[in-house]
Amino acid sequence: MIAPLLSVTGLHKQFEQHAVLCGVDLVVPRGSIVCLLGRSGAGKSVLLKCLAGLLKPDAGEIRFEGQTGKDLRKQCGYLFQANALFDSLTAFENVALPLEQTTRLRVSEIKEAVMSALQNLGLEKFANYFPAQLSGGMQKRLALARVLVTRPAMVLFDEPTAGLDPLASNAVFSMIKEYREQFDFTAVVVTHDVPPALAAGDRLALLENGRIQFAGTPAEFVASDDSVVRSFVNRDREWTRIEPRMDTNGRE
Amino acid sequence: MITHLLRTVGRRSLAVVAGLGDFAEFVVRAFAAVGHARQLRKGVARAIHQQGVRCLLVITVVSLFSGLVLGLQGYYVLARFGSAGLLGTFVSLTLTRELAPVLATLMIVGQAGSAMAAEIGIYRYSEQIDALTTMAIDPLGYLITPRLLAALLVFPILTTAFVLVGTFGGYLSGCCLLGLDSGVYWSNVHSAVRFVDVRECLLKALVFGIVTIAICCHSGFTAHRRTGASGSRAVSISTTRAVVFSSIATLATDYVITSFLV
Repeated sequence: MIAPLLSVTGLHKQFEQHAVLCGVDLVVPRGSIVCLLGRSGAGKSVLLKCLAGLLKPDAGEIRFEGQTGKDLRKQCGYLFQANALFDSLTAFENVALPLEQTTRLRVSEIKEAVMSALQNLGLEKFANYFPAQLSGGMQKRLALARVLVTRPAMVLFDEPTAGLDPLASNAVFSMIKEYREQFDFTAVVVTHDVPPALAAGDRLALLENGRIQFAGTPAEFVASDDSVVRSFVNRDREWTRIEPRMDTNGRE
Repeated sequence: MITHLLRTVGRRSLAVVAGLGDFAEFVVRAFAAVGHARQLRKGVARAIHQQGVRCLLVITVVSLFSGLVLGLQGYYVLARFGSAGLLGTFVSLTLTRELAPVLATLMIVGQAGSAMAAEIGIYRYSEQIDALTTMAIDPLGYLITPRLLAALLVFPILTTAFVLVGTFGGYLSGCCLLGLDSGVYWSNVHSAVRFVDVRECLLKALVFGIVTIAICCHSGFTAHRRTGASGSRAVSISTTRAVVFSSIATLATDYVITSFLV
């Protein structure tokens, strides 16, 4: 068993009278990709924001490398659904921002680190472009470059495939897997997309009614008898089994 | 009925007190961030450009016309009492003690403050402020502190520019158009404006600068807390509130400062 990088115990979060997280327990092994599945409004993003320090949990414990109370913001990167790039800064300036603001590196060292990060993600030619001048996929890579430039131990991805077609979703998951191997980080990915999560994830966790309903490997997920898990597995199977529509003359 | 009324008044009063407390904490934390914010000079330079350079033209135009109008009105009113020669005193003191700090502030709020509130509101809604937090960057230190520091510099400078250009405007209408002797005008200006008047003018400019820029920044920063609105609507409401509250705060603070200094 790989030592967990992150472990969450009994996490609770409530907004006024609405309880979103009701005792979440989750273990994230070091170096793994953990995909967090769940219905819309299940609290996946709330859980991720609690992990990132954007929301303060009402109760529960988050242990990072076995310790509580660590400032996770210095250990984690967070990739927002809409990328959250600074639109008034160029690609270079966006990636340089965390280094300029949180480290004491020299200008030349920052330039080297930023250009290296942009090069690794195939964006070195677009260093002087503004985010609005880049395509959606390039913006996603730029946001990832900004996250990875500080070499975080863990990267949290908030629905990186939201609004993308299945091919683009697969490409995003392939990118996460490829860069995980290249940069050696642990990933927690919030997603609705079951097939790419099964293909790319080392572990899957299903959030239902404010609790982790299932946690295990993709093989265990597919083989699970749990009715909620089955509904997720079967939903995507049904979609892939849709027969081509025929008109009244039997033509496709 | 009475219980309901008392409860509503009480709830509203508590909300106002809580809002003032939140605003005070916001300002204190923004100034406290001076100690740890990085690359402040770069941020302050950008904010000076936004608040100062971009507002210079509008300040010049408004101050020139204010001076011209003051010169015209002042000349005819003073002429009724046979004191047209005191026009220089009238124009310079009116501008220095009252009009320049207030009008310059209102112009900067209209030009830069509203843009600031909208910009920060958009940062909030496009999750850029959350992104700063996840990168372990203090959003107040990065976004607010440079703007407040810039206000400390920009407001007194632009107010001084307002006084100078306005006084020149008074000279144009009083001397060039209405035939008052320019030597009389300028000697009156020179003898009328004392150190205490300049101090009052600069003190007002400083206080107005901090208060209005803090209101504009706070309004944008808390755009997501607007009840009954979100997204672009919340940003638009925040921008409007920023301008309205800043204008009211300017006039209210002006009264308080004047009553202490007169």
